[in-house]
Amino acid sequence: MTQVSTEKQWLSGNEAIARGAWEAGVTVASGYPGTPSTEILENLAKYDQVYTEWAPNEKVALEVAVGASFAGARVLATMKHVGMNVAADPLFTASYTGGRGGLVIINADDPEMHSSQNEQDNRNYAFAAKLPMLEPSEPAEAVSMLQEAFALSEEFDAPVLFRTTTRVAHVKGMVPTGSRSTGPVEIKIEKMPAKFVMLPGNARMRRLEIEKRQAKLAEFAETYSGNRIEWGDKKRGIITGGISYLYVKEAFPDVSVLKLGMTWPLPEKMIKEFAAGVNELIIVEELDPFLENHIKAMGVTCLGKEKIPAIGELNSFIVKKSLGGDVGDIFPPVDLPPRPPNMCAGCPHRGLFYSLSKQKVFVAGDIGCYTLGFLPPLSAMDACVCMGAGINIAHGMNKALGEEGLGKTVAVIGDSTFCHSGITGLVNTVYNKSYSTIIILDNRTTAMTGHQPNPASGSTLMGEPANALDFTKLCQAIGVKHVTSVNAHDIGQCRKVIKEEIERPETSVIISQGPCVLLPAERKRKKFPFTTSIDKCTGCSMCVQLGCPAIRWYPISPEEAKKMGKKEKQKGYARISVEMCTGCGQCAQLCKFEAITAVEDL
Amino acid sequence: MKPSGNILFCGVGGQGILLASEITAFALLESGYDAKKSEVHGMAQRGGSVVAHLRYGEKVYSPLIDLGKADFSVSFEIMEAVRYLPFLNKDSKVVVNTHQIAPPAVATGKMTYPADVLDGLRQQNISVFPVDGFAVAKEVGEIRTANVVLVGALSTFLPIEEEVFINVLKKRIPRKLDENLQAFQKGRQMTSAA
Repeated sequence: MTQVSTEKQWLSGNEAIARGAWEAGVTVASGYPGTPSTEILENLAKYDQVYTEWAPNEKVALEVAVGASFAGARVLATMKHVGMNVAADPLFTASYTGGRGGLVIINADDPEMHSSQNEQDNRNYAFAAKLPMLEPSEPAEAVSMLQEAFALSEEFDAPVLFRTTTRVAHVKGMVPTGSRSTGPVEIKIEKMPAKFVMLPGNARMRRLEIEKRQAKLAEFAETYSGNRIEWGDKKRGIITGGISYLYVKEAFPDVSVLKLGMTWPLPEKMIKEFAAGVNELIIVEELDPFLENHIKAMGVTCLGKEKIPAIGELNSFIVKKSLGGDVGDIFPPVDLPPRPPNMCAGCPHRGLFYSLSKQKVFVAGDIGCYTLGFLPPLSAMDACVCMGAGINIAHGMNKALGEEGLGKTVAVIGDSTFCHSGITGLVNTVYNKSYSTIIILDNRTTAMTGHQPNPASGSTLMGEPANALDFTKLCQAIGVKHVTSVNAHDIGQCRKVIKEEIERPETSVIISQGPCVLLPAERKRKKFPFTTSIDKCTGCSMCVQLGCPAIRWYPISPEEAKKMGKKEKQKGYARISVEMCTGCGQCAQLCKFEAITAVEDL
Repeated sequence: MKPSGNILFCGVGGQGILLASEITAFALLESGYDAKKSEVHGMAQRGGSVVAHLRYGEKVYSPLIDLGKADFSVSFEIMEAVRYLPFLNKDSKVVVNTHQIAPPAVATGKMTYPADVLDGLRQQNISVFPVDGFAVAKEVGEIRTANVVLVGALSTFLPIEEEVFINVLKKRIPRKLDENLQAFQKGRQMTSAA
């Protein structure tokens, strides 16, 4: 066997994709952060000779990528599965235009919804947009497959969809790596109007090309090395791809397997040959019966979702159990208090959401750390659909409710999400005269995905200083007459301003300011934590209602209360963890008994 | 043929689970094993229950440990050791940091932190090794070495020479190396007598 790799490295799937893109000679990359895709661009940004950027949203990122491809560059666009919905508009027409330089779009699906609002199966996009899709099973495969993806894109004049799932993106393994190559296309301006200008006359011509391309791609799939048959026991054959391939190998190491590295278009001859060689054919795939339906449409008899769950992630245990393998006895789970994620100690969102929770309003929320404001004890979010939706949901409700709704709704949206797709909603709100109040939760970063800079942060992915979008001026320019900034930690101010603004019969914006406590500058800041005087604590539990992880309630019995010199009816007391407290002071503002004070001797 | 094994790391988001699993993975790789590790990023990291799967052997396919198949578990928080019971079997060895972090329902007084929660494991005859990682870390003078204490406690069960771990620590830990090496040794001592 020829040793093609120069070395092996321990890389996650996302690190491997970054490496693969660099080796493929990518010179431009754009994306929007989204779990499980985020680390790709963060890692690619560490390599020389590549321009990388965070775009405000996935549609922008893909259009940037299309432009770079038109100029001849090998280019990468990255996004999570729901981001592909945002980018779907350019996607479907980029399928018609193709490009010049290779264009690969990384699409990261999230079966099981570890960090997502739905678990759509984006293989369906490859079918719908008539584009080739490659799927690696593990980091080791990602680097070489990405080189193939770029070659494929150039050879067939098509953007290539490269699909990962959480268990490919966030799995680490040993990865063979090589050196950097250069894309084959000259970088220059080349006018190709018949290809690049999608007026109906041109598009109709391209439409014919796409059908020809589909046929050629299907032919290519028959000989593509990523599609391979591993003959074993022929009583049962399994067709699978992506992460599911590894689960099959783990659960049934001896079974015959057709591994599809290219999941669209499908190699019909290879599939039929494999089907003919086994007694029973089973399709093992996560989420939709995508392969199954298309294989059945070829007239091939197979089993699929009758056996394999269509909901959630698979693993080798589920595959084994679903196909009649012995999994032994399993200890039943123990009933324990749940541990959902929570806003951090000192999170600025907590102060704002606490203030909001006292207003008895319908909170149209959005996507970010602040979606956790939904959870008790704050319970201050009543809707969350997709990026940028909150502003429009509030507007829609207001139009439906009419005057009755005044003072009863509010929209909240983070700074990054506002840049992503909130601005157009605000334009609509003003233009169509809503009395909406929109709260922009400005924590200076894209926090949930791990602190990526955004157009309001003042820096770029590559670490350069950049313009920081001024929300106040932007909102004023859109036509919002009432824009007020509040300190997110100042509960009194937040409550007062929220109350005033939601009663206003015109569009208003509140900018809730407070940097994320996990930002490097905030971590370095000297902390002045608070502590509780147990003597003064009356057990009113006001501070506990913040849901801050640094504050814990300790229940006490009447006897214990008596022993502590407290009223017998006192049910407990609250204590602050000095190690966790960041000194935001929200709880001290709520304590009416002066039991919470700053720690003096640090 | 090298022996294979599965290690489950669990705890609360932000506790340094990824570093502990990374050090262990490097020690396995240095010892000539194939390995795969699965992590959770994103929303779950915000103080929620988190888990990392580390599998090793001659050749590893799936990155996820099957239910009932974890040979070892390292929990950074007491209750979390019990949450992942379905991954364990009667031969599993569990290293537990004897540290409580109240989940939201407990911190707000809606539920109580279960007393003697480790009995849930002992009742199934699982070997439990409680380690006060923070106390040991304080002894060595660097509170942030608690995760290395736990790696030390785990290390005595693994088919890896002590020297290999020490070399990995030297290579991978840029700051406070002496404290980390001490933390590792003290962790080892806590399980080597067992």
